[in-house]
Amino acid sequence: MDITKVTSKRLFLPGIIFFFLAVLALFYPLYAPAYYVIQLTAIFMYIVLTMSWVIFSGPTGYISLAPAAFFGVGIYTSAVLGKALSLPIVICAGGLVSFCLALLVGALTLRLRGIYFAIFTFGLVELIKQLLLYWEINITHTRGRFVILVSNNTIYYVMLAILAILLITAYIIRRSKYGLALQSIGEDEEAAAHTGINITALKTVIFAVSAIFIGATGAIMATRWTYIDPYIAFNPLFSFMPVLMAIFGGMGQFYGPIIGATIFAYLEEVLITRFPYYYMLIFGLILIISILFLPNGLVGLLQKWRKGDLAKQDENP
Amino acid sequence: MRILEGEKVTKYFGGLAAISNVDFHVDQGEIVGLIGPNGAGKTTLFNLISAAITLNSGVIRFKDRKISGLKAYQICRTGVARTFQSVKVFGNMPVLGNVLLGSFFGTSTGMSSADATREAMESLEFVGLSAMRGTPAKDLTLANQKRLEVARALATRPELLLLDELIAGLNATETAQAMELVTKIRDRGITILMIEHVMKAIMSVCNRIMVLHHGEKIAEGTPKEIANNQTVIEVYLGK
Repeated sequence: MDITKVTSKRLFLPGIIFFFLAVLALFYPLYAPAYYVIQLTAIFMYIVLTMSWVIFSGPTGYISLAPAAFFGVGIYTSAVLGKALSLPIVICAGGLVSFCLALLVGALTLRLRGIYFAIFTFGLVELIKQLLLYWEINITHTRGRFVILVSNNTIYYVMLAILAILLITAYIIRRSKYGLALQSIGEDEEAAAHTGINITALKTVIFAVSAIFIGATGAIMATRWTYIDPYIAFNPLFSFMPVLMAIFGGMGQFYGPIIGATIFAYLEEVLITRFPYYYMLIFGLILIISILFLPNGLVGLLQKWRKGDLAKQDENP
Repeated sequence: MRILEGEKVTKYFGGLAAISNVDFHVDQGEIVGLIGPNGAGKTTLFNLISAAITLNSGVIRFKDRKISGLKAYQICRTGVARTFQSVKVFGNMPVLGNVLLGSFFGTSTGMSSADATREAMESLEFVGLSAMRGTPAKDLTLANQKRLEVARALATRPELLLLDELIAGLNATETAQAMELVTKIRDRGITILMIEHVMKAIMSVCNRIMVLHHGEKIAEGTPKEIANNQTVIEVYLGK
């Protein structure tokens, strides 16, 4: 069929670019200074957080503010199990615990819509944080935990692996019938249900799958901080950043959130080092400007330019 | 043979009985019309059959199997598809995507990607929209959006199709085409239950008509009987 021909042609160039980037990423730590390896690791982390968020919230329009909860759960899993078990198992455990938490939360709350869902998921972050604080103060009489140390290059390669698996998963979901179904839920949930889609099950499972990657990321990134407590682990910033990065990049295309997260994360690093006192101010300004003038994100801007170029040609949508 | 059967179906909204003690049935292969003044409970009855809302008491059976209590997606998979009074297409999705969802998820067995695509294309062909398969659904005219809803419903391979005001808002030509589509669907062996306000249209295609008023069934019969029924005339025109 002609449809498959068109898609394979369209995939060719991005495919080559991705391949080169992957090879580059694979050998990067062998030649780059440690600082840049750490910086790139942070960028990978933000891409994973953003893409995981987009898998579920992008097509369905359910704004989840739960990433910080899944991230924190991953961090704590790593802190608790880190000394006893080997690193790969700890990372899988982080993903698994997040998955279970998301499954539970999803089953309970995915009937909430719009702002109620957003508020509940954000409440979840606070709830777990307060529970842990209560536990540490009243029962274990400790404050925070130490995390095992792992070399920078190990963290880098683990993040790269998580990122690769996530991108493949996200791509497969997006292209599958379930991606189509998620989009239909975002457009009209009632019609989706009457078309034979088990919306509750689909939403819950995809929500939980997206949480695996956030939990696993939390588990590996925890090793960078050496010491964590509930305030560090359940930092609400990790809930807001993915949303902002996704909006900044634009969710219309697969690569939009990746670009958004990359630029945002790099910008954060540069601003913190160059303008430590004004960085939040500048950051906020950039955000306001981009939301005002780029409602469809950077990708929307790119497409506008391309459409301008192709205006005279007969474009295949 | 009775394909759909309702027994003492009752639904309350607060203290108000939107549907009270309604018995109804639809035989295999017929086109049944459901009419009544605004607020009579026609769409509520559709919502009860398709499980958009749950009933308070009574039972609904499809092919002698109880379906009241099932979820909306399960009802769809057992073979009851519906359209909506206010069109509910997935606007930002291409026309083909809308119909694909029906064939992917709505059939009882599920299908492979190639089968689903073929099924979807067949449905689009049937309603006459195959030329617009790449267009976003929101860019279609109202008449075509309604056709798309029918195509999406047909892609789920239904045995019973619930049409909620298929021709409301259409002009004379479009109405005639829509009625032609309805008979074409029946000729494929699909039973139809339809809500309609346009009497001329409903009188011409229906085998049987049911009249609802204030949530109760007040009359039932052939179009001719209904047109001459004193109670029905009173309800519509006043005494």
